[in-house]
Amino acid sequence: MTIDFLVAALMTIITASTPLVFAAVGEIVAEKSGVLNLGVEGMMIVGAIGAFATGIVTGDPVLAVLAGAASGALMAFIFGCLTLWLLSNQVATGLALTIFGIGLSALVGHQFVGVTFAGLPKLDIPGITDLPFIGPLLFGHDALVYLSVVSVVGVAWFLRRTRTGLALRAVGENHDAAHSIGYPVIMIRLMAVLFGGVMAGLGGACLSLAYTPLWIENMTAGRGWIALALVVFASWRPWRAFFGAYLFGGITIIQLHAQGLGVAIPSQILSMLPYIATIVVLVLISRDDVRMRFNAPACLGRSFHATG
Amino acid sequence: MKGNKGMMNTMNRAIAACLLAAGLLAGPASAEPLKVGFVYVGPIGDHGWTYQHDQGRLAVEEAFGDQVETSYVESVPEGADADRVIAQLAETGHGLIFTTSFGYMNPTIRVAEMYPDVHFEHATGYKQADNVATYSARFYEGRHVAGLLAGSVTESNVIGYIASFPIPEVVRGINAAFLAARSVNPDVSFKIVWVSTWFDPGKEGDAAKALIDQGADVILQHTDSPAALQVAQDRGVWAVGQASDMTAFGADAHLVSVVNNWAAYYVRRVQAALDGSWGTSDTWGGFGANMLLLSAYNEAIPADVVEMAEAARAAIAEGSLHPFAGPIHDQEGNLLVAEGEVADDGMLLGMSVYVEGIDATLPQ
Repeated sequence: MTIDFLVAALMTIITASTPLVFAAVGEIVAEKSGVLNLGVEGMMIVGAIGAFATGIVTGDPVLAVLAGAASGALMAFIFGCLTLWLLSNQVATGLALTIFGIGLSALVGHQFVGVTFAGLPKLDIPGITDLPFIGPLLFGHDALVYLSVVSVVGVAWFLRRTRTGLALRAVGENHDAAHSIGYPVIMIRLMAVLFGGVMAGLGGACLSLAYTPLWIENMTAGRGWIALALVVFASWRPWRAFFGAYLFGGITIIQLHAQGLGVAIPSQILSMLPYIATIVVLVLISRDDVRMRFNAPACLGRSFHATG
Repeated sequence: MKGNKGMMNTMNRAIAACLLAAGLLAGPASAEPLKVGFVYVGPIGDHGWTYQHDQGRLAVEEAFGDQVETSYVESVPEGADADRVIAQLAETGHGLIFTTSFGYMNPTIRVAEMYPDVHFEHATGYKQADNVATYSARFYEGRHVAGLLAGSVTESNVIGYIASFPIPEVVRGINAAFLAARSVNPDVSFKIVWVSTWFDPGKEGDAAKALIDQGADVILQHTDSPAALQVAQDRGVWAVGQASDMTAFGADAHLVSVVNNWAAYYVRRVQAALDGSWGTSDTWGGFGANMLLLSAYNEAIPADVVEMAEAARAAIAEGSLHPFAGPIHDQEGNLLVAEGEVADDGMLLGMSVYVEGIDATLPQ
């Protein structure tokens, strides 16, 4: 077990966890405003193909990332129009969004199968990135990894410390009360949903530009659903979602390494570990029923229709 | 996640069912075409296992034109969910149904009992019935060639193997590759990682990274996406493509791809169904039957190594070389195949132990 080996394993954990961080934190904002969007998987996969296609066509990584975010936002906009104005059922619309996203991405992505992308440039500060251990771990990633951490800090601050964040939470807790004191419920929710779309799109961009820089149909392989689970796991708190994503990613990677090293634990149990660990922590966190209910937005999943 | 996925697939199927029903109504009024259905475990765009099956479907359309009408349902989960999809195909007038993954075995048999007039073909399974035929390719022949190449080009003498599920098919592949690698390089060792999925590019890529971090400089895989090959390209090590020609995903890292070729078999079976001569059978073909092909070799491989691999391929095709030629022992030292003999098909199909020399425990 050399230092190099440890660094390599940790680097892999970071790339594996980053897409989950993006998607989960985005969904937290949407759910805090009272909108349950089960279409994370669909927004992610469309973000992945949007980013990848733009990256291939323009060759510009910045444009590619922006396109990923925009593609996710576009999907979220569709969802927002349907659920906020046309008052369609959020659960059904979210599921439909996922199915639509998987199909749409396959259609668009058809011509990009087998094309490879150079990947995102990694931060490289001469003298600092070369430092042993700390160097590559702290200063050797692509921009999306740093952006994911910034977004966690930003969202945590926004929800807790800003007036707009308070309004957003108020809308999620009781939309009638929020409406009666003059908050634009629909607009706030639409913004929250769009933000969720941008973040899911960025998560997808991570997958197709950095994690496995290629396009294959269905390449998110269920990560959107894991992100949704992480939101509950995190009891709607950004930092806990960050922790949860790294716990999940970390155990996934560690069990792969453990197998390679010949650890005498059946591989099926090792494969189960990330899920078991997530459930155990979830149980521990939700032991306190009052606190759990306190955190869950009271209007989650309920449509708002202004009456008088 | 599982529940949500299930729900998603239910809706997928509902859509598929509508499409199938629409196809039924739109069918031509004259000579009824034979409806041929395909059930796929992954998306067609996986560029691997399912992609190759779909190439076979397209070959059927090409060969028979108006005489047939094909339809498919992709990304069908293995297990109970498969029953409904297969039954749906049978219900909507399909006369011949190909179910293309091992996990569809019991669902296929169950549905076949309910629809005795429909012909079923199940890939890689071992249960037949009067209206259920089975077919598979001798993938281990390809893995023998992959093992020869891996054993020859490795410098660290560590070969990484990304495995999916501990079923005989996968165990046989590991053993075949290992025996071949050892035959050209006695110092070689295998590191095996089970990822418990056939298709998850992220996880397959992570497994490749873990194996490379632990010293592997050749990656073999028994999963379906090209992610591992791409990681190999990125890290400057070798890899072997799986199921279809994966050169494009990592031209420098790509030693060779073992390509599955279902087209000839599908055309033959559809012909039989059209003639009315279809009967149950058990087909297991390899290089000799053209059910397995090799892509072009990487030009960076030394000429003598390519020559050796080609010679092995040719010898396997004509039957003078068997990848499981004795003496072969298992990890406990029990004799599996005696000197001078080759493994029979029954033993190959039930293979559930590692051969001697593999330093790992097989998950049971």
